[in-house]
Amino acid sequence: MERELQILLAGFGGQGVLFAGKCIAYAGLMDGREVSWLPSYGPEMRGGTANCSVTLSDAPIGSPLITAPNVLVALNQPSYDKFVDEVQPGGVIIADTSMIADLRLRDDVECFGVPATKIAEENGLGKGGNMVLLGKLFEVTKFCDWDTLMEGLRHCIPASKAHLLDNNIKAIKLGMEA
Amino acid sequence: MEKVLMKGNEALAESAMRAGCRFFFGYPITPQTELAAYMSKKMPKVGGTYLQAESEVAAINMVYGASAAGARVMTSSSSPGISLKGEGISYMAGADLPGVIINVQRGGPGLGGIQPSQSDYFQATKATGHGDFQVVVYAPSTVQEMSDIVYEAFDVADKYRTPVMILADGMLGQMMEPVVLPEPKNPEDLPAKPWACTGHEGKRAHNVVNSLYLTAEALEQLNVERYQRYDQIKATEQRAEAYLTEDADIVLVAFGASARVARSAVNAARAEGIKAGLLRPITLWPFPAEAMEATIDSAKEYLVVEMNMGQMVEDVRLCVEGRRPVGFFGRCGGIIPTPAEVLGQIRQIHERLAAEGE
Amino acid sequence: MSDKETKVVFERPHALLPVVTNYCPGCTHGIVHRLVAESLDELEVEGRTVGVAPVGCSVTSYDFFGCDMIEAAHGRAPAVATAVKRVHPDHVVFAYQGDGDLASIGMAETVHAATRGENLTIIFINNAIYGMTGGQMAPTSLPNQVTQTSPYGRDVATAGYPIRVCELLSSLDGVAYLERVTVDSPKNIRKAKKAIKRAFQNQIDKKGYSLVEVVSTCPTNWGMTPQESFEWMRENMLPYYPLGVYKDVEAEGFANVAEAAAARAEGCPIAQKGRE
Repeated sequence: MERELQILLAGFGGQGVLFAGKCIAYAGLMDGREVSWLPSYGPEMRGGTANCSVTLSDAPIGSPLITAPNVLVALNQPSYDKFVDEVQPGGVIIADTSMIADLRLRDDVECFGVPATKIAEENGLGKGGNMVLLGKLFEVTKFCDWDTLMEGLRHCIPASKAHLLDNNIKAIKLGMEA
Repeated sequence: MEKVLMKGNEALAESAMRAGCRFFFGYPITPQTELAAYMSKKMPKVGGTYLQAESEVAAINMVYGASAAGARVMTSSSSPGISLKGEGISYMAGADLPGVIINVQRGGPGLGGIQPSQSDYFQATKATGHGDFQVVVYAPSTVQEMSDIVYEAFDVADKYRTPVMILADGMLGQMMEPVVLPEPKNPEDLPAKPWACTGHEGKRAHNVVNSLYLTAEALEQLNVERYQRYDQIKATEQRAEAYLTEDADIVLVAFGASARVARSAVNAARAEGIKAGLLRPITLWPFPAEAMEATIDSAKEYLVVEMNMGQMVEDVRLCVEGRRPVGFFGRCGGIIPTPAEVLGQIRQIHERLAAEGE
Repeated sequence: MSDKETKVVFERPHALLPVVTNYCPGCTHGIVHRLVAESLDELEVEGRTVGVAPVGCSVTSYDFFGCDMIEAAHGRAPAVATAVKRVHPDHVVFAYQGDGDLASIGMAETVHAATRGENLTIIFINNAIYGMTGGQMAPTSLPNQVTQTSPYGRDVATAGYPIRVCELLSSLDGVAYLERVTVDSPKNIRKAKKAIKRAFQNQIDKKGYSLVEVVSTCPTNWGMTPQESFEWMRENMLPYYPLGVYKDVEAEGFANVAEAAAARAEGCPIAQKGRE
């Protein structure tokens, strides 16, 4: 049995936290795994912080709310500060270093800093920082294979926005190389 | 069968439509709004009606009207809105009208909060409105179960001519999980309702849908008959899931979202060699007394886990009838208990039982 | 007797069941029930009509009308009727309501059914008092009117002013037809009949929301004879609640409320979207 991945993605509302989480969840679904995706909701989404819990497992998932993740994807400083100490020992942190100036490291957790927002902007990908981080997460954890990730991505992008697919794939690839 | 990833709120909406529901009356409130939004998007595409009412009060009375007119109909809300619907639910019960009511619970009392809660258990199972009546209450704990139950709820409502409530919460409503959706039913193919107000066309006496009986004897008689129907529901519709209870010393009882947490805690306890199990009521009314009774022989102690200050625990105590200790652990206000917290409670009970056994 | 010698000149309308009503002597409900039933007969729609009864004196009207009937919670008849009409759009759906039901506890339902332009017929009995509960102050009780709960007369400084329902609703775009009538004389009864039948015909023609307000009496709770009641009504109520047509989109030259509303919103581009 593969390890249960408990991924917490956190950032500002509008950074695409929920969308990135949905892509991961869909990839898990494509693999036939047990999957849950739980967003934070309410006023905190309006300009405040947004986060989402994604669990990929081979057994039925208990609580979908992740308070102690084994993977943290942090998109801004407040989210990093709030959750860095909650990450399970041996876990992984993917952090957007263009948004997080103070990257306090832990000895028992592997931390990958990627200037995701900057990479996205420099490559004309607008607000694609979330997908750059998703690319890094994919490269580090290999939570699914490439074809599955692409299939999951296609499920998350509505037909009316199909033109965005290429940009998202480009962002993911940049993240993998970062 | 294709699995799709859906929010609980959306799965409730989609599967209600697949059950042949073509009428939805609602009013916006967090955290159930996706359900209404989904209906507003999809109903017009299938010739159905989505109507945003002026209030929860109007919405439930529209449910009353559509049901009286013979249609499959649903409304949804969250805790404060369900309080407002109490009037209409009582009238539906009094007029023997079927209908499905969704409560995606949030913390109370008052305006409370918007985070998940289970604090409307009493309201749903004991006092949804004024008068002697019950509504059938389901408590799904996964998105798949939300889909399956709402699909079935319409049949149960029609069969017993009673309102049916699905008691979800903000966590279940907002989360996405894979779900296999049921086969769509054609509303035209549903069983006829000869009692409904469809226009008599000169072919029968006029039908009257009513809850007023000014003669005390007549009203008593109707209530007695309705309670005979409730007895039938109790005998046939109780549902629960027993998880590792067969040899369990410590039996957790939890429903909906808190049952998911309890299940994780049971798994963790088993990994430590503690014989814990979980009984998960799927119907809250009728309360699954038979499934509870089946756990009593092995159980040394019960622990009820809820997202409230202790509500279902009273029904558990009624079933246990003092034969075993029944403890309670709850968080409220919108806080979801963690598996670690519940495991801590299990360990304490385990240690105490071990000490008593020595 | 041969057929030639007998001619029926007056009979109970088919849509009114042959039962004894529970209304007080001198009450106008009986007259208005008859006018509603005659309209259903003449329009030949009883078999596809669903009526909604209120809470108030006419709560048991479900036993009197021959069409299918639904008893609604207090004030909620417009919401119930809305849903029935959505389920059976080609049926005739009416709500029969009193002043407390329609203009107090059910004001939100009334205003919103009207502004949605629900294609319904509403029969509104305004007798300025709560009859069923024994004569308490209503939203339409007149200033200084003595009732059980305004024993010193309705004090507008503390209890506020009566609501003129037709005037209030006349500003709403969903409303096709509003007329205030009374039934104190054969002439006025004929006028009331015409208005009520028109309100049903409008629904059949899918014109929009139609309401007929019948200024009425309550001899029992007013503590007067039926004749005195009509006199008091003519003297006090009709000046406050003048009879007449308050809205008629057809007379204004529109086919229905949608056309009238669009014309009124001529300068608003988004409101014209989707129109030819």
